[in-house]
Amino acid sequence: MTSELARPATQVPATDVVADAIGRRYSAGFVTDIESESLPPGLDEDVVRAISARKNEPEWMTQWRLAAYRHWLTMTPPHWAKLEIAPIDFQAISYFSRPKNRPKSLDEVDPKLLETYEKLGVPLHERARLAGVAVDAVFDSVSVGTTFRKELAEAGVIFCSMSEAVREHPDIVRKYLGTVVPTGDNYFAALNSAVFSDGSFVFVPKGVRCPMELSTYFRINARDTGQFERTLLIAEEGASVSYLEGCTAPMRDENQLHAAVVELVALDDASIKYSTVQNWYPGDENGVGGIFNFVTKRGDCRGARSKISWTQVETGSAITWKYPSCVLRGDDSTGEFNSVALTHHRQQADTGTKMIHIGRNTKSKIISKGISAGRGQNTYRGLVKIEKGADGARNYTQCDSLLIGKKCGAHTFPYIEVKHPGAIVEHEATTSKISDDQLFYCRSRGIAEEDAVSMIVDGFCKQVFRELPMEFAVEAKKLLEVSLEGAIG
Amino acid sequence: MLKIENLHVRVAGKEILKGLTLDVGAGEVHAIMGPNGAGKSTLGNVLAGREGYEITEGSVTYNGRNLLELEPEQRAAEGVFLAFQYPVEIPGVNNTYFLKAAMNAQRKHRGEGELDSMQFLKLVREKLRVLHISDDLMNRAVNAGFSGGEKKRNEIFQMALLEPKLAILDETDSGLDIDAMKMVADGVNAMRSPERGFVVITHYQRLLDYIVPDFVHVLVDGRIVESGDKSLALKLEEHGYAWIAERRLAGAA
Repeated sequence: MTSELARPATQVPATDVVADAIGRRYSAGFVTDIESESLPPGLDEDVVRAISARKNEPEWMTQWRLAAYRHWLTMTPPHWAKLEIAPIDFQAISYFSRPKNRPKSLDEVDPKLLETYEKLGVPLHERARLAGVAVDAVFDSVSVGTTFRKELAEAGVIFCSMSEAVREHPDIVRKYLGTVVPTGDNYFAALNSAVFSDGSFVFVPKGVRCPMELSTYFRINARDTGQFERTLLIAEEGASVSYLEGCTAPMRDENQLHAAVVELVALDDASIKYSTVQNWYPGDENGVGGIFNFVTKRGDCRGARSKISWTQVETGSAITWKYPSCVLRGDDSTGEFNSVALTHHRQQADTGTKMIHIGRNTKSKIISKGISAGRGQNTYRGLVKIEKGADGARNYTQCDSLLIGKKCGAHTFPYIEVKHPGAIVEHEATTSKISDDQLFYCRSRGIAEEDAVSMIVDGFCKQVFRELPMEFAVEAKKLLEVSLEGAIG
Repeated sequence: MLKIENLHVRVAGKEILKGLTLDVGAGEVHAIMGPNGAGKSTLGNVLAGREGYEITEGSVTYNGRNLLELEPEQRAAEGVFLAFQYPVEIPGVNNTYFLKAAMNAQRKHRGEGELDSMQFLKLVREKLRVLHISDDLMNRAVNAGFSGGEKKRNEIFQMALLEPKLAILDETDSGLDIDAMKMVADGVNAMRSPERGFVVITHYQRLLDYIVPDFVHVLVDGRIVESGDKSLALKLEEHGYAWIAERRLAGAA
């Protein structure tokens, strides 16, 4: 029995053959034949209004979106990252797509859709019950079903799609939405604010320890659509929650845009653990196709002694641009960032974190592991900022790069801004290469080359995998193995 | 079990082995001695299958099969083991995990069932006890931060665990103090058996006081120029490699 998300499914159809032929098996690359209803490509105020209308949103939400859209029009895409991005035609994207037969409950979900999730190993339906993981699955733009709703409700936890939250819990949404990532925060966040289609909403009330792991599964299926999910997660005083998201997309020659925003709010003594296993389609070995993964994720340690921990395993996407950050506002709050980012073939990643120390005795820890293979380019970019009032602030950063082959690149851009003379900021960085000697040594003991590579990579990532919920750690390891196929020789 | 005939090997365009012939039977211990640069390590690397060695002539047969056709990992699974002169560090990979992966890969190749963690650990403890190795070696990353002596012990430990049919020790004694060398020798001696062959490559006779060979070969300039029993090693110790060169000159005259 499995309970993993984004797993490299073993029973996947014909796409496997193609993928094998190109030396990298992207086993989540199938297309589900399901009727969908999409808005025509293009973006203007009417489209924003249409999205809002289709979701039966209240007027304040529509206005919020329009304000974001108008702000977006004044902005230009960021170019500071070490990425080569072909120009994106924002008018060629469809901003809304959803399966046609809209389900009213999980039992009414199109069986083909459920089959898709089953192929991917998502424990929806009964399997979820066995696995003990509550899943909210987002297919293209809408959320198709949330398991375990009742059990969670008994504990007082709200776990539903963002659309539902806007309708059913408008007060909470209004109170927190956009308070961590303002609508005009950056180009892609502004775009997301205008057109976000769905996402997850989690609210853990005061004193409640969420009784199970929560997880969301994202999948882009329709052609020429973007996915703009918006996730908001709030842990009230003394609450705690662990949340995991997994992502895949079919293989297509066109680039598809994924611009998500995730906001976390932790009040006094609350703790949030947010894990991501990102396996969007990376494009083929020549860099054709693949997802543009431009994501803004930020957590606000608003309360004293609160804790937010980000863990990410990024193996997919043609281009990844994301910096899950922590604003350490509350005294004695703690931020953590644990990351494994892998780039193979022509993949590019510019990823890292920002730790903003504002409160007293705030602590942050950054562990970043970058793996580059093929012609992959992997950049760590991180900011540690200690504000004037942050007495006793402390940061530890460890930034390791592993190179496989001769044509890849690893880059590190640590930014450190310290405005408090008493702050302690440590930064350690290493770069290593899997050497021929290491591989021969393994082989001379009977271990085949590819197994040797994944063993060394696994050893390199162990520190981060330890932070993942156990069943996902196993999955992440497998995912790296699959992603590195053909990296040697 | 191992038959090397007229082996010629080039490394980076330069001929290193120039017609080496050697026959190792099961149950025998062969010592290969020779001055620096004679081709001793090349022999070990060629047998284990390292890349970058071009075989221009000759053959190597192992239990009736052409050894040179096999990939390094196949050779390992077929029972060939090379104890490295310079064992490689693999940071981040736990030694126990590494050995279990190696053992199970070999077992799988041979069509034997894989060992589970319990079975494997039991075996590890048994071998550790025999070799008097402390188990903290097992909890560290493969050779990472090991002292020279620890690395060599680890090689012998791996050999004891993997139980090869043909073990090649490449200057395992170099850089070891007398206690460590005794430990290495004890490990080898404990494994001597009628089914197992050893090729012990060494620069000094010293190791052969502890591992008493059945045959001693002197490798000079890519060829075995002299073979004999253990007394040959003692003569070498006494007269040095120059003595061999003189004898060859005399023979040629």
